[in-house]
Amino acid sequence: MWSFSNIANQLHYWLNDHFSPTLTLIIEMVLAGVAVIGLFAGLGLVLVIMERKVSAWIQLRLGPNRVGPKGMLQSLADTFKLLLKEGMTPSGADKIMFNVAPFIAMIVAMLLLAPIAFAKDFQLWDLNIGVLYVSAISSVSVISILMAGWSSNNKYSLMGAMRSGAQIVSYELSAGLSVLAVIVMTGSLQVSDIIHSQADGWWIFKGHIPMFIAFVTFIIAVTAETNRAPFDLAEAESELTAGFHTEYSGMKFALFFLAEYVNVFIVCALGATLFLGGWMPFHIGNWEGFNHVMDYIPSSVWFFGKTFFLIWLIMWFRWTFPRLRIDQLLNLEWKYLLPISMVNLLLVTLMAILKWHF
Amino acid sequence: MYRETEIVTDMGNDLVINVGPQHPATHGVLHLVITLNGETIKKVEPHLGYIHRSIEKMCESLTYRQFIYVTSRMDYLSAHINNHACALCIEKGLGLEIPPRAQAIRVLMDELTRIASHELWWGAMAMDLGAFTPFFHAFRERETITDIMEETCGARLTMNYMVPGGVMQDLHPSFQQKVKDFLVLYKRKIHEYDEMVTGNVIFQNRMKNVGYLSPEDAISYGVTGPSARGSGVKCDIRKLYPYEIYDKLQFDEVLETGGDSFARYMVRLREMNESIKIIEQLIDNIPEGDFQAKTKAVLKLPKGEFYTRVETARGELGVYIVSEGGTTPYRIKFRSPGFSNLSVLDHIARGSKLGDLVAMMGTLDLVIPDIDR
Amino acid sequence: MSAKQYISDVVNAVSSLLTGMKRTGYYFFHHKEIITEEYPDNRATLKMAERFKGEVVMPHDENNEHRCTGCTACELACPNGTIKVVTKFDITPEGKKKKAIDKLVYHLELCTLCNLCIESCPSDAIIMAQTFEHSVFNRAELTKVLNKPGSKIMEGVE
Repeated sequence: MWSFSNIANQLHYWLNDHFSPTLTLIIEMVLAGVAVIGLFAGLGLVLVIMERKVSAWIQLRLGPNRVGPKGMLQSLADTFKLLLKEGMTPSGADKIMFNVAPFIAMIVAMLLLAPIAFAKDFQLWDLNIGVLYVSAISSVSVISILMAGWSSNNKYSLMGAMRSGAQIVSYELSAGLSVLAVIVMTGSLQVSDIIHSQADGWWIFKGHIPMFIAFVTFIIAVTAETNRAPFDLAEAESELTAGFHTEYSGMKFALFFLAEYVNVFIVCALGATLFLGGWMPFHIGNWEGFNHVMDYIPSSVWFFGKTFFLIWLIMWFRWTFPRLRIDQLLNLEWKYLLPISMVNLLLVTLMAILKWHF
Repeated sequence: MYRETEIVTDMGNDLVINVGPQHPATHGVLHLVITLNGETIKKVEPHLGYIHRSIEKMCESLTYRQFIYVTSRMDYLSAHINNHACALCIEKGLGLEIPPRAQAIRVLMDELTRIASHELWWGAMAMDLGAFTPFFHAFRERETITDIMEETCGARLTMNYMVPGGVMQDLHPSFQQKVKDFLVLYKRKIHEYDEMVTGNVIFQNRMKNVGYLSPEDAISYGVTGPSARGSGVKCDIRKLYPYEIYDKLQFDEVLETGGDSFARYMVRLREMNESIKIIEQLIDNIPEGDFQAKTKAVLKLPKGEFYTRVETARGELGVYIVSEGGTTPYRIKFRSPGFSNLSVLDHIARGSKLGDLVAMMGTLDLVIPDIDR
Repeated sequence: MSAKQYISDVVNAVSSLLTGMKRTGYYFFHHKEIITEEYPDNRATLKMAERFKGEVVMPHDENNEHRCTGCTACELACPNGTIKVVTKFDITPEGKKKKAIDKLVYHLELCTLCNLCIESCPSDAIIMAQTFEHSVFNRAELTKVLNKPGSKIMEGVE
């Protein structure tokens, strides 16, 4: 059966046969780096065309359909255009901060790709605090937004950055609490452990209603954390023109844009890992035949299928709902999501102690 | 212009930002200087004139037949109704009797224009609040109306269909069928508006208890149209000073008493249904006869002053003509609804958040060329 | 706020959001509702409304004859000076001088397509054409002479 782990293992053996162990390690690290950069760019292109198609179909349009087969190369063409454009720095801006900010956004998004399990036994870094690592690093992304907003010397950018700061700091809480629900059930922060704990059923099914509530809270919170509509107050086109990246142009703008989409991918991958079993196939109790057919589908297909389903869900939100106001945004977090997820965590803990889950 | 001498109190916390002249929320070249305290609005100062084309002066150099087309460019979303107002004023001066068929056609076109204008407002309103999809869905219905307009009047936006004494051409033979098709489509789709926007909890929270305008303020600022009717002020010209055949038609003046953004929103949505009612009454009962009264080739209004008003999609449009007896008017003044409606923005926006300002501008339904003229 | 109200608020909010998502989800999966017209591709089948006001033209019959008498009614009716009628005097077979058009100059770049010239024409010499692709590289191409070279007035049109 075709799988990523076989390819990786064969490559590892081949390199070991031909080079010294040190050289092998260096070559593997370089290959991993190239793969991450390739994934970063590839994901950006795929997600942009996906967003444009999803929005078009919801809005009774056809979407991009000129460049390449069915318009699938449109985002590639756009990237080339952005590469050729002049990246201007406003004269009043803090030059260093202004130019560094998009790279911080990009580096954060790349770092977050490390603990994601893309397929069975195919993971860059299976560290024992994988989930904690993701929550910790993703908080850094707010720094890039604040840097961009503050250094632009633009009032719209400043307001967008400040909004974004308040928003991300508060929504980290309920995202963390809903992630905690899964960790309570699994008893481990390691991504591979969490996935293996779902071999007999995904947490969203095993954990009854509290786990479903945790899943919904998680989706809402990560939508807010990635600054996507209906929580796109940092950009808020009709209020702040483009928010924190008003002054950015060319490739520097594109890096923010790509980082946003890669962040969406990462939080959805995390959601798929925690609640929908990562690369675990879908199994139903004792249906041997059905389970066998499900096992036959490669694990990478399961992982990407689940992740893209969640991404599609978040895109669906974006093209349906109006934007919240800043005070309502904070109300939703502090008055609704946080109390609900706290009570929910209590229920999940109770379930874990009494072994009520399947 | 921005007055430098005006003392800005509490400079330490103030943030002055310029929304416009090029800004996605103003739907045109309106310039708002907003004084903010954090996210809270302290003052809104509109700066006008970026799209001033001196339409009133242009009209004074054109003959009575010629100047009507210019008024389509004021409030371009209700071009028919602007033309109608001018035609009514000229007919008042000439003392013309309009054939019943022309009156029915004019009312039909007015109401179709009103629906088209409110459709576009609904989409743009939702877009101001961050929901992009309704804009495209509103255009689907609006497109049907513009197709009907194109078929009968020959243009989609600036029709120039009303002429002194009636309408320019008779209705297209397929007009009645197309309008009936539109009514069917509209009734099949209108519930989607409630599903997508009106009932949405985010939308309701954004609109309710925001931008309160009391009936007294509405009257003293001269706010008219749906914006004033949201505060419970009876100001529908079609009911108060009926023109054409509006007094013979059965329809209700839509009133809401909330006074907030949501009330103004509901007035416009319900007004579309009233327009549908009017169209349904008329579409099978268009009288036979002439579509245009016999007029002289060169129109000359008698010496005097003439004033008519009509209800456009935005409020009361008044046309005031001073004639010296010649072929061109001596003075023309348009009382446009957008200008008065904009004046209330500062009053209702103070103390609310920056995001609400966009919603308020949406519910006042500002069309910038109408404000500047 | 009572606990009951808190819960009902949350339930109502979620159900209202789901109603909206159901509607947009329906359109996501039903591509037959798409209303986009692929304009340059559908040029062959694209049909404009018969009254569509595209540009002013002067129809000529097969003998290269038009109906324009050169009365300048259109020029007078036009609000922006779009039409200029240049007249000349023809010598009729009886030896009389007769007014006729030399050129009817039409500035498409000034025209607002208000239809007033067509309404004012006493002999229906000019009509609106349904063309709409008017963009050109040189602005001078928008200034047109409506009567064809060598054309003359139709018999019987006064």
